[in-house]
Amino acid sequence: MAEEKKVAAYICQGCGLGERLDTAALAEVVKKEGRIQQVKTHPFLCNSEGVAMIQNDIDNDGVTHIMLGACSRRAKTDAFNFTTVAMSRANLREGVIWIRPDTEEARETTQEMAEDYLRMGSAEIKAMRQPQGNPNTGTSRTLLVVGGGITGMTAALEAAKTGYPVVLVEKSGQLGGWAARMHKRVPSHEPYKAPVDTGVADMISAIEADANIKVYLNATVAKTSGAPGRFQAEIATESGNVSTEDVGAIVQASGFELYDANKLPELGYGKSPNVVDQGGLEQLAMEAVQRGGAILRPSDGQPVQSVVFVQCAGQRDASGTHLAYCSGHCCNTSIKQAMYFKDANADIDTTVLYTDLRTPGNGEDFYRSAQEKGVIFTKGKVSSVEPSGNTCKVNFHDMILDDKAAIENADLVVLATGQVPNSGVNIDFKPEAGAEAAWDEQKKTISILNLDYRQGSDVPQLKYGFTDSHFICFPYETRRTGIYTAGPVRRPMDIAQAKEDATGATLKAIQALENAAIGSAAHPRSGDLSYPSVRLEGCTQCKRCTVECPFGAIDEDEKRYPLFNESRCRRCGTCMGACPVRVISFENYSVDTVGSQIKAVSIPDEFSEKPRILVLACENDAYPAMDMAAMNRTETSSFVRVVPVRCLGSVNTIWITDALNSGYDGVMLMGCKHGDEYQCHFVKGSELANYRMSKIDDTLKGFNLETDRVQTYEVAITDIDRVPKLINDFEKRMFEIGMSPFKGF
Amino acid sequence: MTEVVATNETILVVGGGISGMTAALEAAETGKQVVLVEKNPAIGGRTSQLYRYFPKLCHPICGLEINLRRLKSNPRIRLLTMAEVTGITGSKGDYTATIKITPRYVNANCTACGDCAKAVDAEIPNPFNYGLNKMKAAYLPNKMAYPMRFVLDKSIIGTPDADKAKAACKYNAIDLDMQEETVQIKAGAVVWATGWQPYDANKIQPYGYDRFKNVITSVEFERLADPHGPTGGKILRPSDGKEAKNVAFIQCAGSRDENHLRHCSRICCMASLKQTNYVQEHFGDEGKSTIYYIDIRAIDRFEDFYAKVQANPNVSFIKSKVAKVTQDDATGDVILHGVNTEGYHRYATPHDLCVLAVGMEPSVKGANIPIEILADSSGFIEADPANGAFFGAGCASNALDVNRSVQSATAAALRAIQVVNKVARAEV
Repeated sequence: MAEEKKVAAYICQGCGLGERLDTAALAEVVKKEGRIQQVKTHPFLCNSEGVAMIQNDIDNDGVTHIMLGACSRRAKTDAFNFTTVAMSRANLREGVIWIRPDTEEARETTQEMAEDYLRMGSAEIKAMRQPQGNPNTGTSRTLLVVGGGITGMTAALEAAKTGYPVVLVEKSGQLGGWAARMHKRVPSHEPYKAPVDTGVADMISAIEADANIKVYLNATVAKTSGAPGRFQAEIATESGNVSTEDVGAIVQASGFELYDANKLPELGYGKSPNVVDQGGLEQLAMEAVQRGGAILRPSDGQPVQSVVFVQCAGQRDASGTHLAYCSGHCCNTSIKQAMYFKDANADIDTTVLYTDLRTPGNGEDFYRSAQEKGVIFTKGKVSSVEPSGNTCKVNFHDMILDDKAAIENADLVVLATGQVPNSGVNIDFKPEAGAEAAWDEQKKTISILNLDYRQGSDVPQLKYGFTDSHFICFPYETRRTGIYTAGPVRRPMDIAQAKEDATGATLKAIQALENAAIGSAAHPRSGDLSYPSVRLEGCTQCKRCTVECPFGAIDEDEKRYPLFNESRCRRCGTCMGACPVRVISFENYSVDTVGSQIKAVSIPDEFSEKPRILVLACENDAYPAMDMAAMNRTETSSFVRVVPVRCLGSVNTIWITDALNSGYDGVMLMGCKHGDEYQCHFVKGSELANYRMSKIDDTLKGFNLETDRVQTYEVAITDIDRVPKLINDFEKRMFEIGMSPFKGF
Repeated sequence: MTEVVATNETILVVGGGISGMTAALEAAETGKQVVLVEKNPAIGGRTSQLYRYFPKLCHPICGLEINLRRLKSNPRIRLLTMAEVTGITGSKGDYTATIKITPRYVNANCTACGDCAKAVDAEIPNPFNYGLNKMKAAYLPNKMAYPMRFVLDKSIIGTPDADKAKAACKYNAIDLDMQEETVQIKAGAVVWATGWQPYDANKIQPYGYDRFKNVITSVEFERLADPHGPTGGKILRPSDGKEAKNVAFIQCAGSRDENHLRHCSRICCMASLKQTNYVQEHFGDEGKSTIYYIDIRAIDRFEDFYAKVQANPNVSFIKSKVAKVTQDDATGDVILHGVNTEGYHRYATPHDLCVLAVGMEPSVKGANIPIEILADSSGFIEADPANGAFFGAGCASNALDVNRSVQSATAAALRAIQVVNKVARAEV
């Protein structure tokens, strides 16, 4: 639909803009150079009268595109909240007058700065279109839940309770997972005194009674294709049937396995049936319940009189042989299991050998209760378990006495071995030589979701196979839009936490399908209606976009062209930055919206001694840091022109070469930290930018320009003092190198 | 003045820290109407006062910026600041909350230009820095403040300072006649996310927080390390401004103690491990940290972080519940006394500064919530059907770290949505 485009510009004179700048001259620049005919100045644009003036132009004068020359795009957002039109904002306050001295001699460069930002804003608004929303939507409201343990059952029940149909797929013949194999669970309510019922049976009957939940048992997901709102899942059952389900979003609750205790022969596992893991103890407890008696020693069926719990068995292992992490739940689990004995018969000796007892929150009360019941807690590190006949000797280093010690004649030894996630294929796995790698590889052959995505069959893993989010503030960040993992596959956790996690993941899944239905983006650009469009006739099939998309949103079609799945897209623009032929764009963010801003800046000639420095700044961290520096009135070079970008990953190198070609003296790129502890909210954006810029040196050499002229910086939002300093140092460096020879061409 | 706004398809979220913001945003981004109530003049809560997060050592305001952008662009959230819930009546699907709004004396015209602060003389303790420094009585709560709007402290109302502020404002933004207001909000469900407060260190008498200047709390230490804190990011001890290069951390200060908080506050071990990094970051190998602990609770993947700190030769670990802290009056040093239980050695060790890893207690304890609620013995809200559609989120529900708080808030948002969806269906 060809829209009638009418552009208007508004220049604010408040907050000192009117005094510090010649706003009449600025209006002339917008008219003549920005070629916007309708330009209005206002003494106080963000007050109700100023806002009403703009709104009136939109409502009654057919204005569709507005450019505001006022404060930072981050400021006064409540006032400048015009949702029906495209808007660009020239930052004259934080970007200009707040960072320049109020002196007569600075007046000229300050004015020039403001003029440039208005030229840039005018160019940007003309290249922008108001986003209409991704048209390639799907409207399935069904949730696919993979895994029928506590986590998956919780997700299914919570989704159904919210009014969404569920397809629940469980690979075994029954629901319940690990929890169904437990005698009791750790309490999550007052009183934190004794083990409580697992609640599994109630959950299973609630699921069976719910017409909105369709359960597949003995089933796996053979193939998943599509995007949020329109996933198709092929469900394969053991009998060989394959059913296809249309689903809108997915919760992956594929759970965990216990770490294989066979790898701990020094702790007696496999040498005596009286050495069990925590799962084994639950089984003994269940058998005792069914039999209606005490827990019996496996070797000879005699009642257990003494039991030793070995914490961190094969966990928290610094040697690299076993699990490096702590599984979090095992201290409470051992306490619970010690209570199985103590609650039945207080005379049974129960000892927990631990290095750090980890019972956060009210677990502390549960721990206290165990102490009251007579469970012995000894701070010690177990070195070996020696089975002999029907008992075991547990050797340990007593850390309080700092001496060797042993418990003789233990009837039963329980190893707290921890959780290993069932996360499927590690799509980032690069095979290396070595036994450990071989073991890993073996694990990595069974996929959970069998995604038919270009980038691999499962959700990317973070560390140790867990599919956790990398972000502290955003635990449900996912790199596969519309697919949320929950429970111990995401992070080691206990039942209480798994239920909470499942509930949160269910909300995110519901949110993903609701937003997909209206063509809107998922976090962190939630609500963004722009989406990538690609001019396929220009595409050279280089595959960079399909490889580099941090979210696996782009597949390849039969003819090897990129196939965008817009509902999987997070609108970061990494593909746009990657594209060497520049055929990818968003309605309101494109090679043109930024490129035209760069070209709009007026470049003084070589002899003016007025360099021009382009700063491309991540809008989430570097740009706010600059705003805050401006609030401190930190003086910054008048020669910079800052363009905020969605992510440094969206920076196309054409912007750099265009800038250099048009006579800019230098270009600074400011993005987030990359590497293992990356802070880029689009995962790989800043890393990719850094990689692309590492190659820019060749371009510079080709131009016969000094490599110092293009620099990439890692900037945090707290670098309020550092950013102005980086800019000022860069300015100094440009004067040292001298002005670019490309001016005036 | 009383006005009734919202409907019972609305979700009321109380508390604008990271949990409340998350619950509000997640619900609104799923299409629900939300009223978000914050008692402070700006949202962001306690995490915005942290210098860095564990275990990534990234900066909390980075996530805050994303959340603020989400909030600014979401028309479904109505935010009330300087607002406190004083009463809630009703039941699941149909609540009415009474909310008291304290005057800010600054209206929406404010452009945050700062002219009022320049005009005012009076200074007040800066709550953002836990009172470690002072600020003008016309102030912006912090640089990330949202709403980005100044506040006149009520202490200057009626004084010439207030008139000076008003005269300095070119935008008619200062309204000295602003009065306390009461509004009523209808809501189908309530998410209570009022967060936590540090346990009152004065109550832990043997540690001398009330007597020795160089005994501070872990939250205060965050401000000292922050470049935008009261010392410009220099770790200087309060008594004499000397660089605190030898820092003691006392774990479980108030927690795991039936005389104080019976629960484990979960975050303090990781917080202190993180803070040893601040000491290292500021002083290199000259910076020494000692952690006095009972158990180091670096749960799940955090173990990696603990292992990294353990490998740092400048950090020592002493398994001991510190018996008491004294002060060397000549040097201002604090001396920690106790027994190292690993091997039973007595110690009396001087340090430049002692940081109490104070426990976490709910800001509004169960009994003080203005509707009858089931809470546990520490005052955290329990998840219980008896609570109707009143759901605890974040640290109002348990001692949680940021990641788990956000998870909890996301779950609470779904529980609230379930209720308002039902209300909506019933009304159709």
